[in-house]
Amino acid sequence: MKEIKCECGHVNPVGTVLCESCGRALTSKAKEEKLHDMRYEGSARRSQTYNKSIIDKVWNFFSSVKVGVWLIVITLIASAVGTIFPQKQYIPSVLPPDQYYEEVYGFAGELYYTLGFHDLYSSWWYLLLIASIGVSLVICSLDRVIPLHRALKTQRVSRHESFLKRQRVYGMTDVTNIDDNLEKIKKKLKEKKYKIREENGNILAERNRFSRWGPYVNHVGLIIFLIGGMLRFVPGMYIDETIWIREGEKKAVPGTKDEYYIENKEFTLENYDNKDKEVFQQSIERVGTIAKNYQSDVVLYKESGKTLPGEKADLKMEKEDSIKVNHPLKFENFAVYQTSYKLNEFKSMSFTFDNKETEKTFGEFTVDLFDPKDKFDFGNGYSIELMGYYPNFTGFDKNGEPISDKPVPDNPAFLFKMFSPEKPEGEISFVGIRKNLEPLGENEFKVSFAGVETRDVSALTVHKDLTLWIIALGGAIFMIGVVQGAYWHHRRIWFRRSGDGSLIVAGHTNKGWFGLKNELKGILEGTDIRMPEDQQEEQKEKQGVRRNKDDGDNNGRMEQ
Amino acid sequence: MTATTMAEWSSNLLYIAFIMYLVATLFLGGSIRQKNTTETNQSKWGRIGIVITIIGFAAQLGFFFLRWAVAGHAPVSNLFEYTTFFGMTLVGSFIIIYFIYKKTILGVVALPIALLIIAYASMFPRDISPLIPALQSDWLKIHVTTVAAGESILAISFVAGLIYLLKSVEHTKGNRQSFWLETVMYGIVVVIGFIAASTGFTLSNYEATFNYVNQQGQEAVSEYTLPPLVGPNEGKLVTDNVMEPLAEMPKLINAKKLNTVIWSLITGTVIYLLLRLIFRKRIAAKIQPAVRNVNLDLMDEIGYRSVLIGFPVFTLGGLIFAMIWAQIAWTRFWGWDPKEVWALITFLFYAVFLHLRLSKGWHGEKSAWLAVIGFAIIMFNLVAVNLIIAGLHSYA
Ligand code: HEM
Repeated sequence: MKEIKCECGHVNPVGTVLCESCGRALTSKAKEEKLHDMRYEGSARRSQTYNKSIIDKVWNFFSSVKVGVWLIVITLIASAVGTIFPQKQYIPSVLPPDQYYEEVYGFAGELYYTLGFHDLYSSWWYLLLIASIGVSLVICSLDRVIPLHRALKTQRVSRHESFLKRQRVYGMTDVTNIDDNLEKIKKKLKEKKYKIREENGNILAERNRFSRWGPYVNHVGLIIFLIGGMLRFVPGMYIDETIWIREGEKKAVPGTKDEYYIENKEFTLENYDNKDKEVFQQSIERVGTIAKNYQSDVVLYKESGKTLPGEKADLKMEKEDSIKVNHPLKFENFAVYQTSYKLNEFKSMSFTFDNKETEKTFGEFTVDLFDPKDKFDFGNGYSIELMGYYPNFTGFDKNGEPISDKPVPDNPAFLFKMFSPEKPEGEISFVGIRKNLEPLGENEFKVSFAGVETRDVSALTVHKDLTLWIIALGGAIFMIGVVQGAYWHHRRIWFRRSGDGSLIVAGHTNKGWFGLKNELKGILEGTDIRMPEDQQEEQKEKQGVRRNKDDGDNNGRMEQ
Repeated sequence: MTATTMAEWSSNLLYIAFIMYLVATLFLGGSIRQKNTTETNQSKWGRIGIVITIIGFAAQLGFFFLRWAVAGHAPVSNLFEYTTFFGMTLVGSFIIIYFIYKKTILGVVALPIALLIIAYASMFPRDISPLIPALQSDWLKIHVTTVAAGESILAISFVAGLIYLLKSVEHTKGNRQSFWLETVMYGIVVVIGFIAASTGFTLSNYEATFNYVNQQGQEAVSEYTLPPLVGPNEGKLVTDNVMEPLAEMPKLINAKKLNTVIWSLITGTVIYLLLRLIFRKRIAAKIQPAVRNVNLDLMDEIGYRSVLIGFPVFTLGGLIFAMIWAQIAWTRFWGWDPKEVWALITFLFYAVFLHLRLSKGWHGEKSAWLAVIGFAIIMFNLVAVNLIIAGLHSYA
């Protein structure tokens, strides 16, 4: 049978502990206990009622707060392990991860790497932990909020005396003029903004029931936050790419399907100096140079008009902006951030072509390190051919060939062939920074360094995140729920006439019993009604417990 | 008034605040000693104690706003400024909780902790520093002040928890709780040891400089302010007639910080043993009589409510504001940086605290121990994460 009919006539769902309407104990256990567990109003919770099918088992597993707490504790500890050594994305990229951890942190580092802790927060088991907290969160809340809401909605004003007798705050006073005492009490209750309901001479005063829903609101917020976090893996929702643009360069903005281009006009690095506040000088001496501003002045272009495939559209200047830390460039859903920089990167190198003995110069030429020309002609038989260009010269390989490990000209080197009337078949010379070799023997001519042109480079991170508003929404709902549940408490006071002219007063709150008792003292002041006792305090005094081992709402029963 | 005089005045106000808190602790202490004092002058001492605390708090506010005026930015941008601010909000939280519950015993524990935090802060460079680009944003003051306020309200749950345990723990032979409570007291004495050692040697402006090879294998200089028991990797002592280190640390370990930790442990242990000699029993046992008639249920409720009130403020400041700022300054609201992860760990711990309290078994003593662990995590955030685990945030 699906329901239990209470003596008071109200039909309760199976599993109800205290009748939703009059509060009579419906289970034998509830009848015997001295104080009722009021955590969920004795309502019927799925996890406490059904335990047969596999679904029941799974539901009961995830609806237990103990399981939820264990999941959080494990996540907490795992997250701490992830900070013992820096994560993959925070190690300097000089060495590949598998060497870096062993090299810098020895055996512990190697272990850390092999266990995958160097990339812990995106490991499958960590994500599974977070997901299971989410699942547990949902089931925990559903298992409680629906029964709680129904019970609070159907509660009657005149609760059964056996229910009131088993409330933590309970008292009975024999009094002749109940009516005018209740009038005084009602005035006080209104002052303290209680909502008053009356039924044949009894009163139920209730306040801040909304705060009971606080925890469930905050859990909903958490779920939305977690979902938002996962949406990032849906294509098109999230872009995060860093581009290195040299001063004067124009590049397509990643993720905009070449609709937008960005040009880096100038990068500026400013440091604090003695012209700044006199008060800062001591700290500047101690620390040395302190950066004051990193700024890239950029121009954003937008493709105008339709383009046939292969045909280049003309770009219209959309806007000019100076991107600084904390001030990204914003357009459509995109934001471009100033994230890093490189000062004085080589742009081009100039050389002179001279005769070794006579020091006579036969020509001057400049090699553009980003688009090197291979032939330089100086007329009347003098010319130079660029045989090989090594942007970042790192040494010679086994058979003596020069090698470069990346296209960025940090350490450029060149293999020149010098043609002159005296040496028509050309002489070979290998030239680099502080290097001038003559691999095939003594040359008559030489190429000598004649200056360099440098420019700064800005690292701009292009970021698009359509999941942001969902994450923000989740965060906001979480905050509302947490504040709603923490800063207000749900308080109820029952006044019930009993038998031959005595008045029962009982009280309940979901937290903050001292607050409730103080308030009740104020309400009963100036009336003949005695202040009810805290039955739990007494219970402890009787047990002679010097230290309050496990006091609280539902006398020691561990929350399932 | 020129900037420098304002800066001087600002640091004078900090000293005044420090002294005030010290004096207030004595008066508040007087208000709970029952044996020889009557009921009336107990409350008189209590009132004086509170008034002095408020004066001290006002002085520290003066320090804070004067320094703000001089620096042109909210003085929460380095470890000294942040930690003193945290100490100030701790005193502020105590004042608020005092006016709700009128319990001076809270001050007798809260003020000394604030004193220790402020003294600890003063061990770090105190000069007014300009802001690096990443910090040049209003979010600096919004994020940092809220997280400090949140943490200081949560710290009140430690204060209430400590008082609860000081009363409830039985100091019998082999009692595990008594051992762990004494460990907490020992930890506090070690902090005193750190302050004593650092102040002692800095007053005698002790200095020992090393040229050494750092973790990245580059030449670097390390200036010790405490005699080097342990020297840095391949360290060569530059200052003469100064003691040679007894041991040399591998390049992986930051020898200077380890040296400071060792010195703190040595001086702390010496002070601790001296106290044990004088008291002839455990410090926690020695204090127990002073908290004899504390109402445990009330301390439990204060502990719970301060977490209830502090948790939302900490979440707002430590996570939400931090994420908003990280999105603006570093292109991503979350990057699993150690500082972010430890803020998450603190958040998760206090969520566990609140959930465990849902069941009866975790009220009272267990809840007090959770509050102690929670405060230890906050201190770990403040000390270890800032100084040892570098990452984007490192103040060192
Ligand atoms: C990181 C994850 C979580 C956070 C931040 C969180 C946050 C909170 C907060 C702040 C409260 C209010 C506590 C109070 O008012 O004393 C609460 C209550 C609660 N939470 Fe969570 N929670 C989380 C996960 C969970 C999980 C996984 C479960 C399921 C086992 C759960 C079940 C509950 C229950 C049953 C309540 C009490 C509702 C009531 O007042 O009766 N929570 N939660």
